[in-house]
Order: sequence, then C-alpha cells, then structure tokens
Amino acid sequence: MSKSRLVLTFLLAFSLMIAAFGVAAPARAQDGPVTLTITCRCVAGGVNNNLVVWLTTYVFPTFEKMMADQGRDVKVELVEFGGSDEQLKEQYALDLSVGSGYDVMSFDGFWVPEFVGAGLLKPLEEVAGSEVNDWEGWGHITPGIQAILGYQGQVYGLPMGTDVRQIFYRNDLFQQAGIEVPWQPTSWEELLDTARTLKDAGVAIPIQLNAGTPMGEATTMQGWFMALLGAGHHMYDFDQHKWIVSSQSILDALNLYKTIYVDEELGDARMQLLQDGRNRSFVEFRDGNVGMLVEGDWFWRSVIAPGSETGIENRNEIVSWAKMPAKEPGAGYNGQDFVTISGGTGWVINPNTKNAAEAWALLSYMSSEDPARAFELMQPRISFRDDVPVAGDPVMTAMAEALLPLTTVRPMLPEYPQVSIEAQLMTERVVSGEMSPEEAMQAFDDAVTELVGEANVIRLPLN
Amino acid sequence: MERKAIFSAKVGLLFLAPALVFVAIFLLYPFVRVFMLSFTNQTLLGTTAPNPDWVGLDNYQRLFDFDRWMRLGEFGSALKITAQFVAGSALIGQVGLGLLIAWAFYRKKGVLRETVYTLVILAWIIPETVVAFTWVAFLDWEFGTLNAILGTLGLGRPDWLFKHPLESIILFNSWRGAAFSMLLFSSALETIPPSYIETAEVAGANAWQKFRDIFFPLLRGHILTDLILITLWTFNVFTPYLLTGGGPIKKTELVSIYTYRTAFQGQHEFGKGGAIAVVMMLINFSLAIVYLSMIRRRKA
Repeated sequence: MSKSRLVLTFLLAFSLMIAAFGVAAPARAQDGPVTLTITCRCVAGGVNNNLVVWLTTYVFPTFEKMMADQGRDVKVELVEFGGSDEQLKEQYALDLSVGSGYDVMSFDGFWVPEFVGAGLLKPLEEVAGSEVNDWEGWGHITPGIQAILGYQGQVYGLPMGTDVRQIFYRNDLFQQAGIEVPWQPTSWEELLDTARTLKDAGVAIPIQLNAGTPMGEATTMQGWFMALLGAGHHMYDFDQHKWIVSSQSILDALNLYKTIYVDEELGDARMQLLQDGRNRSFVEFRDGNVGMLVEGDWFWRSVIAPGSETGIENRNEIVSWAKMPAKEPGAGYNGQDFVTISGGTGWVINPNTKNAAEAWALLSYMSSEDPARAFELMQPRISFRDDVPVAGDPVMTAMAEALLPLTTVRPMLPEYPQVSIEAQLMTERVVSGEMSPEEAMQAFDDAVTELVGEANVIRLPLN
Repeated sequence: MERKAIFSAKVGLLFLAPALVFVAIFLLYPFVRVFMLSFTNQTLLGTTAPNPDWVGLDNYQRLFDFDRWMRLGEFGSALKITAQFVAGSALIGQVGLGLLIAWAFYRKKGVLRETVYTLVILAWIIPETVVAFTWVAFLDWEFGTLNAILGTLGLGRPDWLFKHPLESIILFNSWRGAAFSMLLFSSALETIPPSYIETAEVAGANAWQKFRDIFFPLLRGHILTDLILITLWTFNVFTPYLLTGGGPIKKTELVSIYTYRTAFQGQHEFGKGGAIAVVMMLINFSLAIVYLSMIRRRKA
C-alpha cells in the first residue's frame, strides 16, 4: 500500500464529508425581488395578536406598495414566535452569533448592552448607512425614548413604546368584599389589609406579586422592582456605579413576599414557581380568581383587552388600576409615595442582513406617523412619537400621566440581565419557603459579587 | 498456531481511516475545544464574548465552592439530584421493571404478553416532545388523567409536578426506558436451557428459588451490561426538562439541565458550561472504565 493511496483515501473521505454537509453560500440577489423577514413574539390569535394584525394588514401592504411605486420589488414576511421573551432572547443570541437571523427583530431594550458587548448588534448607522440620520422621525422621538434601544450614545434600533407598572384590581371582587372603589392604597400595610379582606371574603387569590425564575424578567419588573423601589432604593446605585447587594430595603421587600406567599398565603406561590405561571396568572385574573395583580400596562392594553386570548369583554367596568405604594408614604425610591418602573421595546436591524437598505426602509416606515397612528387605533399605548397621541383610551392616558413622572429605568449595563436572574432566584427562594429573607439575600450577595466583582457592589447597613 | 490475517495492519488502518477522521473531527476536536473553553470566561453575550480571558481553574472553583454547592440550583445539588434520579429511574425503575416484565412473561405466549410488550416498546419509541407533552397532561394537578383516576378511587389528588417533582420525573423515566431492559432480558432469558428450569421444578423449587439459583446467576452478565448502559444514558438524559424545566425551585435540576441553563440560557456562560461538561465527561469516563473492566473480567 503506497503512501499516495493513503493520502488519496484521506482526501476522498474529506471530500465526501464536505459533500455531505454542503457549503452552499446564500446567494444575494442584487436587482431581483427582495424578501425581508421580520420577527416578533407575536402569534395570530395569541400573544400580541394586535401586532400581527397591524403588520400583516396595514404595514406590509402599504410598505410593499410604497416600494413598488419606487420601482422596487420588496416582499415582507412575518415570522411569528410563540415562546417566552427569554426563549426569544436565546434564539436571537444563537442566530446572531452564527451570522444568521431575520432582517428586522423585535427587541427588548434591556437586552441591548449584552448584545452590543458581545458584538452581536451594530449601531443603526453602521448597518444601514448614514441615510439613517436623515430620517424625519428623530425629531418626533424624545432622546429618552430613543435611548430605549441605545447604549453608550449609540442607537441600535427604533423604539415601539415605553410602559409603566401598577396594580390592577377587579372591581367586582372588591365590591363583593365590601371594599370601596376606586381604591388607592398608600402603604404596604394598607395593601396587605385589602388582601386580607379579600381573603376573608372568599377570594381565592387576593394578590399576586410576581416572583420566581420561570417568569423571567416579568418577575424582576412587575415584582421585585415594585417591591424594592417601594422599600427605598434601586437595584443599582447610579451615583457610585455599584450594585446594592445587601440592605434593609432588600430585606423589607423580601419580607413583603414572605408575608404574601408564606406567612399569610395571600397569594398563590405555586403559580410563581411552575413553568407557565404568567399565563396562569392571566387566566386566573380573567376568571375572577385574582383580586389584585401587579402588572405592566401591556396587561391592560393587550392581555385583557376585549377580544384577546385572555380578554375580559367588559374590561373597563370590571378592572381598575392603582399606583403601587411605597412601604410607607415617602419611603419609596427618591422619597416617593408611589413607585413604578419603565422598560421599552422596539425593533433592531440584524447586522447580518443582506438587505440593509430595504430593512431600514421598512423599519423607518413602520415607525413613521401614519403607521404609528394606525397601531394606536388598534392598541392604545404610550406612544413613542410626540405627534401620535394615545388614541381613544382614557384609562391608558391616565396611567401614563400619573405614572410617567414617577418612573425609573433599569441600569443599561451588560451585567444587568444576569443580576436580574439572581434577583428572580432570590424571590423564588423566599416564596417557596426554601430560604429565609436573610439567607436569600446572602445567596444573592454571594452570586452578584461573583458576577460583577467585589469592587462593584455595596452593602448598606441593616437596621 | 498463529492465524494468518487476511489484511495487513496497514490495510486495516486504511479501512479504519474514515472512521478515525470522523472521530477526530466530531469527538476529539470538540472535546479539546470544550476542555480549553473551560479555562476561560467565554460567554455568548456580554463583553466577555469577544474578549474572553484565561481564568485558570476559576470555573472549577466556582463549581466546587463548598460553602454553597448544595444549594438548590448549584452544582452539588444537581449532582445529588442526578444520583437520586439515576438510582430511582435507572436502577430500580428501568432495570428492575424491565427484568420483572421479561421474567413475568418468560416462556409465555398470548395476547397479554403481546399487549404488554407493544405498550412498553411504544413508550420507548414515541418522540420525546410528544411523550413529555402527554405526561404533563397526565400529571396535571387539576385536570390530569392520573389524578382523575386517583380521585375517583378516593386516593387523593397529589400535586405531582409541584410537590413531588423528582418522583414524577423518576416515574416518567422508568416508564419511558423500561423497554430496552425488557428486550435485553427477554432475549437473554431465551438463552437459558429449558431443561434447567424443568429440573428445578421437578426438584420442587419455588419461583424465588428458581430466580435466585438459576436465572440470576445466568443473567448476571446481562444485568451488569444493562445496568452500566442504562446508568450512562440516564446520567445524561435531558427529557425531564420538558416536564418540569428543572423546577420548581430547581428541585429537578439534573446535571444535564444545569449545564443547559449555564451554557445556553442567561448570558450563555460557555466557560463555566465547559467546565461542567469536562466534569461530566470524567464521570462518564469512569463509569465506562468500570463497565469495560467488568466485561473484561467476565471474559477472562
């Protein structure tokens, strides 16, 4: 057996393998028709149905016609994603890291620093060219709103809107328990007293404050932050640029959870610990089993909006909202009486797109005045454009007016999502009864210190 | 007399070459890569993604931080849960159940045997996601089939996936994998000469005595093989994730799920995930060595 035959065999084996796996490079059609893909956590008839309707019946046809008028043959395809936000993020991370993914992607603002840090997102200007800066829309979006998809002075996408958080309660259950509506608690004790009254009146789940890792960021935003901000401080000290990993406020917030879920069973801990807890909470609220639910305005405008999957047909009569009180008046973050926190979502253009110009054309068109107004008519929400007001929902307008002045945001840092997961874990350990608030805070301290380093944490004195 | 080989060693090597190339590319290379990765803080997201640092044994120290490693959601806890899961569903569940079914239908024919065998094998060949979905429905607290049956019989309605999550996935995995052991043992049983049994019966041996003195000694080798294989498979199984997601409160977080959560969720910590993978490989490796040495001893 000669050496050359051996080499030949190896070559053959290699070529067979290469043939088996294929190395077909995606062809780019310069002049031919262009198909753009856009994806969001949205499903026709399911989660964020309004978004599907808006995109497929308004945006796509008008955009395709606009393009055709300019002599460009562009088609847009919607890729629906039915999983959770966390799963969508996983999908994006994996797609982008291998140079793949859809052209335009709905994106949660707080993911941006992590993705930018990893080099998976590029500034809009870099992806679609300097013509981005000529867009008329910038003049109608305030810098604060632009920053939703921004990081360190760069903009990575266009916002779709911001949100606020509050307590939603059921008028029917309140009246049944003899509680006067409209209702607005001014301290945690009042909040708990209301829950106790509801419990005595036979309401199955008086209050639900999100906790646990299965709910992901919904726990951090609608649960942990609402409690922590009310107890006095933020997760992050913006002056010292350090994470607060141990404090009396953290303990107080954890004790609020303990009172609700462990000591008095005013809430359903099971729902917080099982996989599909958030959807369960929506269903239980719809079915009249939950008295009070701390949620974002998305809950109002999408989840229980009449006609949606978990919609309540007479929503406006049955459901009211109240501001989340601080532990005691004036004891909240920045000395506030009431607290809330805002996030924001939007769209980014995939840096790997083969059709950056068309993707920008679509994105900028979606975010222009008429389409934004069309969406407002389908789902009134806090608008991202100053020339598009909240349309025809006084409740939404009132929430925005009352809560936007009180709001704060998450730290836009690449470490935040990891710290957030640790906070979710901390609440999980308390509501399951696995750890005491002190033990859970210690575990949080250990984990966050390991994540960000001893130099980047502070511990405040305990009472 | 030494037997003359048909091929020379060189030609033999040539025939092996394609397989060796495949092994090198798809097994050896990833192994080396994961091993290297486990000494870095490489992530998929965040600033350590493009510029990972060499962190030495940091990841391993984090895994074996004994102050906290038995906390739910930490490595030690995952190992303990995995050990319980393997003992329950592999040793008692699959091997035990498989042996029991094979023995119960030894030298029997008929509808009952065919029905049982078909059902057991069906449980084995249905796709994982389908199986997981049906089990979630089966075990549901309020609407599940199991509780509907138990409730009707007045046996209460346990909250399976919430209060007894580990027991649930053990039950699930036993059901899921008993077929392999059953098939292996029933074919092994075929090899036992019927005259042994008949002689024992003439001598008046009862069922237990027959099992202890005839079946067990003759099946010992098969039982051993089966045990090791099932242990290895069960140690690495991921399907329970589809039932419980590793929860509630990480009570069903097997090492495989822990690896997934570390490397493919959150920030996608490839470095730490790599370290877990290396430790898992070492454990698998030692199981395999035990297996191989036992086989060798049997042949000797």
